[in-house]
Parts: sequence; C-alpha cells; structure tokens
Amino acid sequence: MATRDRPITLRERASVAGRVVLAAGGGYGIAALSAALLSLALPLARPEAVAAATLASFVLMPAIVVAVFAMRSLRRAALMLAGTALVLGSALALAMRGAP
Amino acid sequence: MKGRFRPSMAWLHTWSGLVVGWVLFVIFVTGTASYYRADITRWMRPELVQAAPVAAAELPKAAERAVAYLETHALKARTWFIGMPQPDRPLLDLFWRTRPGAPPGHVLLDPHTGREAMVRDTEGGDFLYRFHYELHLPPLWGRWIVGFCAMIMLVALVSGIVTHKRIFADFFTFRRGKAPRRSFLDAHNVTGVLALPFHLMITYTGVVALTTFYMPWGVTTAYKGDTRAFFAEAGWITTPRPPVGRPAALAPVGPMIAQALATVPERLERLTVTNFGDAGATIVALFEEPHGLAHTPTHIAFDGASGALLEIRGGDLKPAAKTISTLIGLHVAHFADTGLRLLFFLCGVMGSAMVATGLVLWSLARLPKPDATPSFGLRLVQALNIGSIAGLPAAVAVYFLANRLLPLGLADRGEWEIRAFFAAWIVAALIPLARPHRRAWSEMSMLVAGLCLAVVAADIATVEAHPLRRLGEGEALFLWFDGAMLALAALFAFAARKVARHRGPSRSEPRREPVLAAPAERACA
Repeated sequence: MATRDRPITLRERASVAGRVVLAAGGGYGIAALSAALLSLALPLARPEAVAAATLASFVLMPAIVVAVFAMRSLRRAALMLAGTALVLGSALALAMRGAP
Repeated sequence: MKGRFRPSMAWLHTWSGLVVGWVLFVIFVTGTASYYRADITRWMRPELVQAAPVAAAELPKAAERAVAYLETHALKARTWFIGMPQPDRPLLDLFWRTRPGAPPGHVLLDPHTGREAMVRDTEGGDFLYRFHYELHLPPLWGRWIVGFCAMIMLVALVSGIVTHKRIFADFFTFRRGKAPRRSFLDAHNVTGVLALPFHLMITYTGVVALTTFYMPWGVTTAYKGDTRAFFAEAGWITTPRPPVGRPAALAPVGPMIAQALATVPERLERLTVTNFGDAGATIVALFEEPHGLAHTPTHIAFDGASGALLEIRGGDLKPAAKTISTLIGLHVAHFADTGLRLLFFLCGVMGSAMVATGLVLWSLARLPKPDATPSFGLRLVQALNIGSIAGLPAAVAVYFLANRLLPLGLADRGEWEIRAFFAAWIVAALIPLARPHRRAWSEMSMLVAGLCLAVVAADIATVEAHPLRRLGEGEALFLWFDGAMLALAALFAFAARKVARHRGPSRSEPRREPVLAAPAERACA
C-alpha cells in the first residue's frame, strides 16, 4: 500500500478512478438489467414480478460496488462485470422476444 | 486495494462516506425533523392551534365548497387536489397544476365558509420534508442526487460493517479522555453501530420509496414504461381513466363523500379530481392508512359525471407489492405513536451524528504536523464540515425565527422564510472561512445555540396563546417545540464549550498512513 512519503502515482489514481466509474456505472447497469430481466422472467403475476425484481435490484447494486472494490485488479473487476452483463443482456434479449 | 479485503473495504468506507457525507448529513437532519412534520407545520401556523376540528358530518359540504372554489379559480388546471380538513390543519388545502413549468396554484380555505382562510403564508414542515428528498432543486435533479447519495450510503454502511472486527464490543467502547481522534472514532462507532438496524433500514427503504423513479427498467420491459398501469395492477391506486372527449358536468361531490365516509372507517385525507368537465371525470378519495406497518391507504374512485362508485383499492396487496408498501411504511413511520416516534427521531439524530462524526474524523485523521500548512483538500473538507454541521442547524433555526418575526402581511411570506433559510446557511458557511478553524467551530456552535434560544424567545413573545403566557393553560405543542429548541441549544453550547476548552489535537501520536482510513485502524491493528 502507498505511504504518504511516496507521492500517489498517476497509475494509482487512474486505477481508483476506473473502479469508481466501474462500480457506479456497472453497479447500476447490472442492477437495471437484472430488474428488466427478472420482471419478465420471474414465474409470478406481472405486477408481482416487477415489484420483486425492482426490490432485488436495490440489493444487487451495493453488492456489485463492494465486489468491484474488493477485486484484486481493475481488469478482473471489469471482466467480471462485462461477463455478468453479457449473460443478463442475452437472457433479456431472449425474454423480450419470448414475451412481446 | 491490493487483494486484502478488509483494508480495501476500509478505504471504500472512508472515501464513499466523505464524498457524499455533507449531502447525507442534510438528508438525515431534514428527514429526522420530518418525523414531526405535522407538528412543525402546526407550530408555524399558530393561528390554527385554537381552531376547533371539523366534524365528519361537515366534510361533504366542505368538499362541495372546495369544488365550487376550484370551478371559479382553476378551470384550466388538469388535476385538482383537495386536502380535506385534518385534526392538525382544520382547513381545506387546495392545490392544482395548470401546465408543466407554470407555478402551481395553492390556497387554504375555511371549510365552513369556503372563503380563503386568514392564516400566515408558510411552507411549514413541508419545506423540510421536501428538502429531505429534493433538496429544493428541480424534482428530477434533487431526487437523483438524493438517490445517488443514498446508494453510496448503503455502500458506506456495508463496507463500514465489514471493517469491524469486533462489532459487538464497539457498542460499549467510548474512550473520551484520549486523543480527540479516538473519541470521535468511538462516537462514530457507537452512533453507527448502536442504531445500525435503523440506518440500514432507513437507507434501503428510502431508496425503495422512489422505487420506479430510480429503477424504472422492470416497468419498461413488463409494462412498456407505463408506471401508472403497474401501480394500478399491483393494487396501489385505482385504475387510471383517460378523458372521453365529451363534455359533462361534474355531479355534486357531497353525496360521493358521504358514501365514501360510510364505507371506510379511516380518516379522509384527500380528494383528487381529474378530467373535470369531461364525461371521463374521476374523483378519487384517499384515506389515511389503516393501523399497521404497511403504507396501504384505501382509495375509492367515483365516476365524476354520474357519481357512481367505481372501485375500492388498498389493503388487498400481493406479497411483493405488500413488501414495497411495508418498506415505505417503515420509512415514513406513520404507524409510530408518541414513544416509537421519539425512538425513530433519536435514531435519526444518531444517524446525523454518525455522519457528522465521520466527516470530522476524516479531517482529524489528516491534520498536518504543527509546522506544515494544511493542504487545500483538508481546508476544503474542514470548510464544508463546519458549513453543513453547524450551518444547517443555524439555517433551520433562522427559518423558524423568520416564521415568527416576518410581518404577517408580507407578500410571498412563505417564500421569504425559505430565502431567510438559505441566506442564513450561506452566511453561516462563509463566516468560518475567515476564522481559525477550531475557533470557528466553537463560535459557530455558540451561534446555533443562540439562534435556538432566539426561536424560543420569539415564540413566547409573539404567540399570545403560548402556555407560558397563560400560566400553563393552552396548547402544549408550544412547550414541546420550545423544549426541543432548548435541548438543541444545550447540545450546541456543550459542543462549543468542549471545543473551546480542548487543548488542541495532540501531536505526539504517530501519524498513521493515510490510505488506510481511520475506521480500519482497529481492524488492522
């Protein structure tokens, strides 16, 4: 870890900034994708599915933020988010085609 | 950040808490005050305190007077909102919007005569309540900023919990004699951990209160973005009825209100009239929610043209919708009577204190060595700390003072109270910039204490019905309110004395390396 005696390098600053952007954008993005997907996919009545999916998304978002900051490297965190988004996004595309 | 989970969470806690801390403090303080929103409004309209409550049998006639007023003054509006007389506000509260962007119409009527009521113009507790989630900004901006800060707060809470190795022991740890950093750290832990269930609950439920505003994507995919259809299908509101396009006169509302009152045992709170003048006119009567945790008020819809009862909604919710209603109910705490309300209020005070001590802790942990000049970042944080932690209470006190001292006939009086609030806040945030930092803390705290005392003095001096002027007779509300102000004054006077007497931060303590934040000290020790 950096100490105060050594100035914080640009690389470190960029890494932190990257995580902040990834956590905020990725956290909300994945939460939004999951809300959209589960609203269609949950085996419940329509208003119930939307309500449950939306509630769950508010728990998912802080969990993703914590995960992004806990990951060993920024790249690993970005890969994890991209993978999750890809899975959720394809499932959503399928669900939207299935239930027009 | 280097693969060690706990330090990375400590880092996250420190910085996420810092960047939104000042807004969070404001949200916490105004939200805590909003538990007593009705009482604050009542206190700010002392003329009404003596007024007799309106009997239920009077309500149908009162509603007809409201509609008669609106038919002459608000024909261009799209929707009328008629707040029915309540125990704490025995007046008709009319509100209408003409078109987006235009200022809404708002007037208070005497329910017995239908004429405009003689009462001072004020926003009352509603100003603090709306500030809590809109920050007096355009609703879209205000709500997104508050929601963003609330999500960061959730992150700060989760990462804060993770950094604690001995969360239970923290309940009982307060080292007041030690270095100020220790005391502030312990105060931060005690206020944070002791009321932790409240903090988690209130933050999560706060986000849920604006669910579909923040997370509309489920509604987008399942309802093609039609939020009202979702609300209606979930059972929260009556089915929306579009205008038919054929003119039709509004049937008398009195019989509808009488029928609604006979159907529902709860108190009638509000009427909403849409599409009046059209054959598709709808009148929805909204009742106080039944006793219980969930926020499930009953709605009754009437056909405006024929007066026929269309549907009754509320109470019969399915599990997920009921969960949302219960979460919102927990947030607004309408179910809480005197004791529980006080507990919620005190938890809110602890939340405010948790945010405030966290902010101060950040700056204490980064004090420069005696010979070094403080960095710009530290000075900025110090200025914002004092400007919010002392500035906001000063502004609220000035808001109350303005309510008592501004001339009653002043045009836009309610707006002037709000201007006084912001003017006081700006001044209170600027003064400390010109003073040495520690002196500024004690001076500003004394200022807040003085302003709170001034509120009490102004209350006693201007309100003739004040119990202290009538040898104990009269409305106890004034005594409670003034008592709370005195308690606040005592708190800030105590803080001022503490800061003034303190010898200054001890420099002997070895500096911790700064990336590791203060809350992690023990976790990593």
